[in-house]
Amino acid sequence: MALIQQLPSRKTLVSSIAVAVASTLTFAAHAEISDNEVRIGYLADMSGTYRDLAGPGGLTALEMAVEDFGGSVNGSPIVVFSADDRNSADVGANTVRGWIDQQNVDMVGGLVASSVTIAVTKVLEENDRLGLVSGSAASSVTNEHCTPNHIHWVYDTYPLANGTAKAVVEQGGDSWFLLTADYAFGHALEADVTSVVEANGGEIVGGVRHPFPTSDFSSYILQAQGSGAKIVGLANAGADTVNAITTASQFGLTQSGQQLAGLLIFLNDVHALGLEATQDLLLTTGWYWDMDDQAREWAQRYFDEVGSMPTMVQAGIYSSTMHYLKAVEAAGTDEAQAVRAQMASQPINDFFARNGRIREDGRMVHDMYLAQVKTPDESTGEWDLYEILSTIPAEEAYRPLSESQCDLVQN
Amino acid sequence: MTMIFGVPMAVFMGQLTLGLVNGAFYALLSLGLAVIFGLLKIVNFAHGAQYMLGAFAALLAFNILGINYWLALVLVPLTVGGLSMLIERFLLRRIAHLDHLYGLLLTFGLALIFEGTLINWFGVSGARYATPEILQGGLNLGFMFLPTYRAWVLVAALAMCLFTWFMIERTRLGAYLRAGTENSQLMQAFGVNVPLLITLTYGFGVGLAAFAGVLAAPLYPVSPTMGSSLLIVVFAVVVIGGMGSILGAILTGLGMGVIEGLTKVYYPEAANTVIFLVMILVLMLRPAGLFGKEA
Amino acid sequence: MSDSQVVGAPGIAAKRERRAGQRRAILYIALIAVGLVAPFLAYPVFLMKILCFALFACAFNLLLGYAGLLSFGHAAFLASGGYVTGYLLASYPGLTPELGVLAGTLAATLLGCLFGVLSIRRQGIYFAMVTLALAQLMFFVFIQAPFTGGEDGLHGVPRGELFGLISLQSNLAMYYFVFAVFLLGFALIQRTVHSPFGQVLKAIRENEPRAVSLGYNVDAYKLLAFVLSAGLAGLAGATKTVVFQLASLTDAHWHMSGEVILMTLLGGVGTLLGPLAGASLVVSLQHLLAQSPLGNWVSVILGAIFVLCVMSFRSGIVGELATLYRKNFK
Repeated sequence: MALIQQLPSRKTLVSSIAVAVASTLTFAAHAEISDNEVRIGYLADMSGTYRDLAGPGGLTALEMAVEDFGGSVNGSPIVVFSADDRNSADVGANTVRGWIDQQNVDMVGGLVASSVTIAVTKVLEENDRLGLVSGSAASSVTNEHCTPNHIHWVYDTYPLANGTAKAVVEQGGDSWFLLTADYAFGHALEADVTSVVEANGGEIVGGVRHPFPTSDFSSYILQAQGSGAKIVGLANAGADTVNAITTASQFGLTQSGQQLAGLLIFLNDVHALGLEATQDLLLTTGWYWDMDDQAREWAQRYFDEVGSMPTMVQAGIYSSTMHYLKAVEAAGTDEAQAVRAQMASQPINDFFARNGRIREDGRMVHDMYLAQVKTPDESTGEWDLYEILSTIPAEEAYRPLSESQCDLVQN
Repeated sequence: MTMIFGVPMAVFMGQLTLGLVNGAFYALLSLGLAVIFGLLKIVNFAHGAQYMLGAFAALLAFNILGINYWLALVLVPLTVGGLSMLIERFLLRRIAHLDHLYGLLLTFGLALIFEGTLINWFGVSGARYATPEILQGGLNLGFMFLPTYRAWVLVAALAMCLFTWFMIERTRLGAYLRAGTENSQLMQAFGVNVPLLITLTYGFGVGLAAFAGVLAAPLYPVSPTMGSSLLIVVFAVVVIGGMGSILGAILTGLGMGVIEGLTKVYYPEAANTVIFLVMILVLMLRPAGLFGKEA
Repeated sequence: MSDSQVVGAPGIAAKRERRAGQRRAILYIALIAVGLVAPFLAYPVFLMKILCFALFACAFNLLLGYAGLLSFGHAAFLASGGYVTGYLLASYPGLTPELGVLAGTLAATLLGCLFGVLSIRRQGIYFAMVTLALAQLMFFVFIQAPFTGGEDGLHGVPRGELFGLISLQSNLAMYYFVFAVFLLGFALIQRTVHSPFGQVLKAIRENEPRAVSLGYNVDAYKLLAFVLSAGLAGLAGATKTVVFQLASLTDAHWHMSGEVILMTLLGGVGTLLGPLAGASLVVSLQHLLAQSPLGNWVSVILGAIFVLCVMSFRSGIVGELATLYRKNFK
């Protein structure tokens, strides 16, 4: 009895597998949207050092983009997953691997700590999915670590040096003392700054590499004061920069005639430090919420949702997601290389990016801005923190392709 | 300019002074650990978190209740220390009869809870606590510009250390405490309320951490993670000094601060490591620590 | 220990012992069977993570559960195994993964010798703090050393071909390799615990002065246990690096040393299967929480579990189950 009943059912199973395989093949041939859903993973530090510059706010920005797009592409709903990478490369790579193997995720956004990004993009390349990097700083992400599977959206260490350091030297700050976070990101920034300063006729008179992370900068500030340099450059990020600036103000560094140059400073850092400690600081940014009407309008919407003004990273997450969804719609598929090609074929001009385009190394170049932190007297509100001094045109801001070490670039 | 080992006198003396300031924090924290260890025999892994709580309490007291720095310096250690007595009474006491390692594990769990909760509330970018008006500005020592507040921290921390030393070594209560450390059962038999003594001791040790936290608030950004990195260094300081004596904890704390400061002059990359290297040296030569008694 | 055992003839005790042995054998065979089919039921990478951490926890448990030493620095061994393996596999493409893993294990073993010599004479809390501080020293070494990639870590470590023959690129092949490594490590621990050496360790744990008076060189025994534990932790780290194709500072951070304590404590200190249960639970919990709205509360929840375990659950899952079993079925 049982045997007789089982036989036909097994046959049905086999035939249904055959149908499933056949239909998958048809789908692949038609290059449509896999699983009839566009699946996006948001990976960022949601609880650690970089929480405030991307974190939960970045997820909100991404969801705003999905909502503004209408929640679906060509009738296929957009599904968002999110996870905390805890700034750990293994957690990040592991999560993305799981997303791909189990959820068949098409694109990963967010991506903050450079170490996480480099690890994740290797997984993405292996599985041919797309990554939109908005938070990472290291220019190596699209240099020696470039892949055909990711795009670096907001900024990197090259324009940071090229913008801030160059402007500072031109304003007469021609002797520098560098405070460098003693790890790869700091070293890269240090190298970039050194070459820019020397190329513009300045001089590095000294420097110190401090352990990462450091909470007590007093002795380094003391050394900087002893060096007699006009400019004390901060080649570090996040909490280190915040601590260094705080300590510098306690030791009266700026009052004694030296000037600070923060090379990677986010809006939330300035907000946390307060204008008293950061006033007159020069910095390079990819975007500022108050830079024009378009930016203000979006920022106000974000503010209503989150309760704080967006950083350039959070704005970039919205911008990159929107551009991605448009490309999926136009290409009619979520297959990585087709979408990548479609994205690169369209210039990017939205509330975030001006004169933006995606280069073959995966770098999205766009106008960058040299800004100065306002004094408490100039500021008219809690978030009125920067004054934009000048625009660095997209084509000058980033490392030229002729100097690229990326395998995708024909040199 | 006078040079010392190839470094300008000014930089050398400046770093020495700053090292002393840092050492004062190490001393306060390792002192608190030593006091707690003396009677409870546990290593209070939540010490860093409680130092952080002290800083946060000062910040919140100012932001919400408008309590100023000076009041906070008194009230916060009392509050944080007082609340931590509940931890002793309802958690630590119940496992006191077990291997003391359980105490370490319990306080480690508590540290995770405190830190994680505050990270969810405040993020990690750190908040500012204004330096009190009267301590702003700096002193020109001739060889360096020393912010007044740091000078105050050094004075206040040393005063607190001496006060603690005096309390324990020279008062009746301290005598009970020392006796309790030697033989708590005998003390109990003599009619001393040892459980109460233990609760108060834990509260006092944590109060020292919270005091250090308030002192640190205007110096460093107040962030949920400010305690955990410091704690590991303090542990090394404790290993170097040995758990035996109050004075040992104070002297080792200051000494390690100075050594760390000097490392920053000559080989900054090793500044985080030097205390651990000293620790290895001490372990090889004097396994019980500089001031410790051989277990 | 029930009274009947004392009264009963030695033959009954032996029979009882044999029956217990049989039950254990059945349990192990069942577990191995589960391990063999598991990758078809669950996500293999997730299972590999569990196995790596389980091996790490088992190694840690060998020290805590059987020698009574609480190390708060085991992350250093996990990381050194991972870094050495990762570095060798990434820089010498011809090297096969099993040799890479072996090299990593060896490195961790050597580090274990060094740590052991420095710390083994201290006891209890002192031992915990000394190992913690030593591990912290290693953390800085890993940041500064040129071969670790510092803060960025090592990436793109090739999985390679096992013995130059079997590609580990597929998750399934990789899984069975990891499973084999785990079984090997577990069997070694099982043998150690039941060997005369293991018995002496237990004797030392229970009453060190007595062991000394019986003429045992206690320090040497403890050192050997420490080195063995370090080597196995290194094996776990090395395997983990091959699976995930990266090595990073996360493994060297003192939180990792705390996590392995939690896994062991939760599963059951001094039980052979406890660390496996604890590691499965903690890794699953982290996995589930990371993708839920509670994602930000992972460390708070882990902390709460820590407190709960210490307050009222000290023999852990396996320990409590064993007690339950003994009460009701004997």
